[in-house]
Amino acid sequence: MTTKPIIEIDPYEKTWMRISLGLLVVFIIMVGVAGYALGFQLPASETRVNPQTVATDPNSPWSNPGLRELAPGKYEVYILAQIWLFNPREITVPVGSTVTFYVTSKDVQHGFKIQDTNINMQIIPGYVSTLTHVFDKPGEYPYICTEYCGSGHAAMFGKIIVEP
Amino acid sequence: MTIATANYDLTPQEKKFVGWHLILAISALSVGSLFGPLQAFEHAGWDLYPYLQPVFKSYYQGLTIHGVLNALVWTTAFITGFLTLTTIRGLQRSLRYPKLNYTGFWVMVVGVLVTAVPLLANNASVLYTFYPPMKADWLFYVGLTLVVIGSWIEGYGFYFTMAAWRKEHPGETYPFIALASSVTMAMWQIATLGVAIEILTLLLPWAWGMVGGIDIQLARTYFWFTGHPLVYFWLLPAYLSWYAMLPKQAGGKLFSDSMARLVFWLFLLTSVPVGFHHQYVDPGVPDSWKFIHSILTYSVAFPSMLTAFTVIAGLEYAGRKRGGKGLFGWIKALPWDDPSVVSQLLAGILFFFGGIGGITNASYNVNLVIHNTAWVPGHFHLTVSSAATLSFMGITYWLVPYLTGRKLWKPKWALIQAWMWFIGMLIFSNAMHVLGLLGAPRRTPLGEAPYVPAEWNGHLLRVGIGGAILFVAVYLYIFIIAKTAFGGEKASESEQVTIPVAEPLHASPIPAWMDTFKPWLIGAVLLVVIAYAPVLIDLITHAVGSPGFRVW
Ligand code: HEM
Ligand SMILES: [Cu+2]
Repeated sequence: MTTKPIIEIDPYEKTWMRISLGLLVVFIIMVGVAGYALGFQLPASETRVNPQTVATDPNSPWSNPGLRELAPGKYEVYILAQIWLFNPREITVPVGSTVTFYVTSKDVQHGFKIQDTNINMQIIPGYVSTLTHVFDKPGEYPYICTEYCGSGHAAMFGKIIVEP
Repeated sequence: MTIATANYDLTPQEKKFVGWHLILAISALSVGSLFGPLQAFEHAGWDLYPYLQPVFKSYYQGLTIHGVLNALVWTTAFITGFLTLTTIRGLQRSLRYPKLNYTGFWVMVVGVLVTAVPLLANNASVLYTFYPPMKADWLFYVGLTLVVIGSWIEGYGFYFTMAAWRKEHPGETYPFIALASSVTMAMWQIATLGVAIEILTLLLPWAWGMVGGIDIQLARTYFWFTGHPLVYFWLLPAYLSWYAMLPKQAGGKLFSDSMARLVFWLFLLTSVPVGFHHQYVDPGVPDSWKFIHSILTYSVAFPSMLTAFTVIAGLEYAGRKRGGKGLFGWIKALPWDDPSVVSQLLAGILFFFGGIGGITNASYNVNLVIHNTAWVPGHFHLTVSSAATLSFMGITYWLVPYLTGRKLWKPKWALIQAWMWFIGMLIFSNAMHVLGLLGAPRRTPLGEAPYVPAEWNGHLLRVGIGGAILFVAVYLYIFIIAKTAFGGEKASESEQVTIPVAEPLHASPIPAWMDTFKPWLIGAVLLVVIAYAPVLIDLITHAVGSPGFRVW
């Protein structure tokens, strides 16, 4: 009798394989539900801009970066990242505001992370990164550059002031 | 038919060739590791960079050297050398075309030297990910390309040797350690296509002024095509050792030969199409593709979880054979006095935490919390800098005595070294993880950042303390190896070290589909095309040009 080549799996190992697969499936479902049902979404704007003219072209919102009120409590803010600052450096909104951020860079890559929120975006010249956040609590929220962008990188930050 | 011998020995020439790899690897580590502790000290408020000014201009120049020499050169040089040994020992056959492999190695050496010139001149302080539009001196890109091409050539040398063995041994199954070596190389060769295309079609023409602007997201996408599987290139040689060598060193067996093979094939299949999990927070990559790569990333976690089982089972078998009793008694019975074993066990424990963190990182939107924070270096110092690096250190604790015929210099000190790495890394990486959760950015000299709240200070201090312990550990390691290689006591005939290769516990025949590269390679390439083509086509057809900058 010849032995037929099969993968021999120890019974304990089989159990472990089932547990592993089960765990991974549970994880996938959890992030899927969080993303698509609860709305914890990622920045995925498809908009492209010309990094060489984005700061100067009068038709570009980043030629005049800053806060725009769309309706009471509803804002959008255009932020231009450049070496080594954010323009604007400071934004003030009332508590409860819904703010949509549109951030791009006119030179190298930067990062844009607002502390104590889920806003965290890679800023890439030629592309616009977008996320929305509701500021429920008054206070100061620093936004800092989280990607190496040259010698002044460590000092690149700004802040959002949420007024009561 | 040739008779396989348990103590197959490499020729003196082959030993020398492997040894050269170690010299290159450890030289890189000895320079690259200087900056790790300096970065950690800077975080703690002990800024030593002003004293380095005449030679090293900035934190970022140091960080670039740290990343390139440690994560790229130390690993690649060690791995190509180690896999040369496991290929020869596995097949019990010399390399088919040794000159081809020699060529590969020397191309790699030239590549390292060429990379070093702009690095040391502060003309390439772009970090080891060299994201455009920061533009490095073109020599930097050429040097890195040569390192990769050198590793490819060595890989071709392995494949020719495997093919020759197959011809000489019809109907036999590839020995596991040789197979695992070539699978690792094959995965690496698919993976590095991304960075090769990035450098050759975007960065070099741009650095030479042939094109005015390149698309930055396209470059990032090519980079991360390589960037994630790179971590499996670091890990798989450690897995090889954990599966097939460590159990032997501990007095046991490879628990499941077929599982080990399956795991390596699964890595070949699924390592590459996962790069978007480094780009979750990027614009220009659609959400749906990010989610697909998230799922694929979880699939690569599966073979790692199988590895955990098989490796621990192999060790348990060893522990019980040594007289360990009860649920955990076998752990105590392992040879905790053997520095090579202990390094690898501790590496495995650190990897357990690294793996959990990795699953967190892979989790699509959870990644928002930690992306580009100190959490990330905290994580990969558990993986590449521990699971891989500490295992490689442990391997050299038998490998260097094997290659040189000398006894390991003061094994007690080697034991202390391994424990210091373990403890230093626990402190360092825990502090980094916590800082990341608090919002501290990575790649940032936090000692000088104006926005650092007082709340971070205690953790920054722990980064410094962990870094100090690691500093001692890494140079103690280099000292022990140098002492062994160049001043060690000659081992007598009976004290000669042999290459540890574990026998399989269950030696069942392997089905044909698990002993051939073709279906797996086709599957891997297909998966890559499916996972990348749509996004790449979109990026290429909508490319936006960015000019280069020198901002350091
Ligand atoms: C000697 C002990 C080591 C210490 C104390 C150390 C410390 C550090 C620190 C503090 C950082 C973060 C710097 C920052 O984000 O600003 C860092 C980054 C890094 N380390 Fe280490 N490290 C050590 C060894 C290693 C080893 C052995 C490897 C690889 C095999 C490694 C690979 C890296 C990489 C790839 C980075 C990221 C560089 C970047 O962000 O561009 N390190 N290290
Ligand atoms: Cu920046």
